[in-house]
Amino acid sequence: MATPLIVSEVAKAFTMHLRGGIRLPVVANVSFSIRAGECAVLGGPSGAGKSSILKMVYGNYGVDQGQIIVDHHGQLVDLATANPRTVLAVRRDTIGYVSQFLRTVPRVSALDVVAEPLVARGINRDEAHARASELLGRLNLPERLWSLPPATFSGGEQQRVNIARGFITDHPVLLLDEPTASLDATNREVVISLIEEKKQKGTALLGIFHDADVREAVADRIVDVTTFAAGKVAA
Amino acid sequence: MTDEPLLRVTALSKYYGSRIGCEDISFDLWPGEVLAVVGESGSGKTTLLNCLATRLLPTSGTASYRMRDNQWRDLYRMSEAERRFLMRTDWGFVHQNPADGLRMTVSAGANVGERLMAIGDRHYGNIRSTAVDWLGRVEIDEERIDDEPRAFSGGMRQRLQIARNLVTGPRLVFMDEPTGGLDVSVQARLLDLLRGLVTDLGLAAIVVTHDLAVARLLSQRMMVMKDGHVVEAGLTDRVLDDPRAPYTQLLVSSILQV
Repeated sequence: MATPLIVSEVAKAFTMHLRGGIRLPVVANVSFSIRAGECAVLGGPSGAGKSSILKMVYGNYGVDQGQIIVDHHGQLVDLATANPRTVLAVRRDTIGYVSQFLRTVPRVSALDVVAEPLVARGINRDEAHARASELLGRLNLPERLWSLPPATFSGGEQQRVNIARGFITDHPVLLLDEPTASLDATNREVVISLIEEKKQKGTALLGIFHDADVREAVADRIVDVTTFAAGKVAA
Repeated sequence: MTDEPLLRVTALSKYYGSRIGCEDISFDLWPGEVLAVVGESGSGKTTLLNCLATRLLPTSGTASYRMRDNQWRDLYRMSEAERRFLMRTDWGFVHQNPADGLRMTVSAGANVGERLMAIGDRHYGNIRSTAVDWLGRVEIDEERIDDEPRAFSGGMRQRLQIARNLVTGPRLVFMDEPTGGLDVSVQARLLDLLRGLVTDLGLAAIVVTHDLAVARLLSQRMMVMKDGHVVEAGLTDRVLDDPRAPYTQLLVSSILQV
């Protein structure tokens, strides 16, 4: 399908029960879609709800209203109402995610962290390791670090592990939450070319980039999140 | 690869007299899935676990289990002998206190081997080599095989209990606060080990814990219980990152940041 992800009239608010039930509207009426081979970038100032939108698409935040339709193995799934098992299947095969921070697990090596999404999809460990090594090499992570758990790595090193983990699979949809935030210029270039390759392969990308240079380089389209400001409707 | 659940729980309730243990609990568990049940002491999570593991009989409701031959059986209508057989072979139960799940006065090797003998293994050499293999997998040195668990530290005992449970290749493991009495560094090692074993063996597990970090690390799905009821359920990261029920918000916001 040419449009693997459609977000339609999505609304989200947080209700803070511990603060007397205050309702904080985040976004409303979020509607956009992404075509295969396109990189759309969520634009807007901090607090506009960019990350919340990304997290709703990944199933990490609940959705109050609307639909998030994804093409999962040729079937249309609404992530806003899908059960946990379906969301997990969609994450394994269809939607990849590069988060801002790596959640490290004690004693698991960087190479295994990166290879894990492939292993989860039934690819044998040796091949998964080979592909993980290739990506970590491209991202200039020193080889002596590969066998170590990333908990003690620097911010930029952890982020590269995270990027490699997100880019290793061929998920048709890839979400990027500031993947270049703590990278130096050389590695930013690597990420830009990785994104370019994904586009060539027909991956639909949705990202947040605060770095204007990277945004210019990769964005085919800016989705302006301020137009989805929930305050406007809620007030 | 099957697309049927392993365990189906419908409207399960357990009352202690007029007091609620747990009430109206329903869920399905699929092969390879880890479900965390979280909540404070007295929320009914252990009551639920004990009902599911047939250590307690519920007051009402049903739980069916898909046996290895794909036949569905009602857990509470099985004979005692059948249930015991299930418990010894296809299920595991990891207690918070290892002394409840181990035999403290027989050797570590025998603790592991006993479950193999229960499923008909009689060849001493095979039993011993399997025991050695499993002690290795839970990171207990081979030369401790003839020691009694009385001589083991808390963390080692807990790892031994896990080996004893997993040696028969169960499909479903119940865990009651598996890291409960351990200090933090030992906890991290055990969690990491459990996580690896659960993934490699494709186990389904129901883990009762009050520790949200344990739930995050081990489980894909979680149920939050309060006063015997499930107040929120869903994908583990969704429940923890976007908690909806007042009680879940309280739990999540009570975690101390390090």
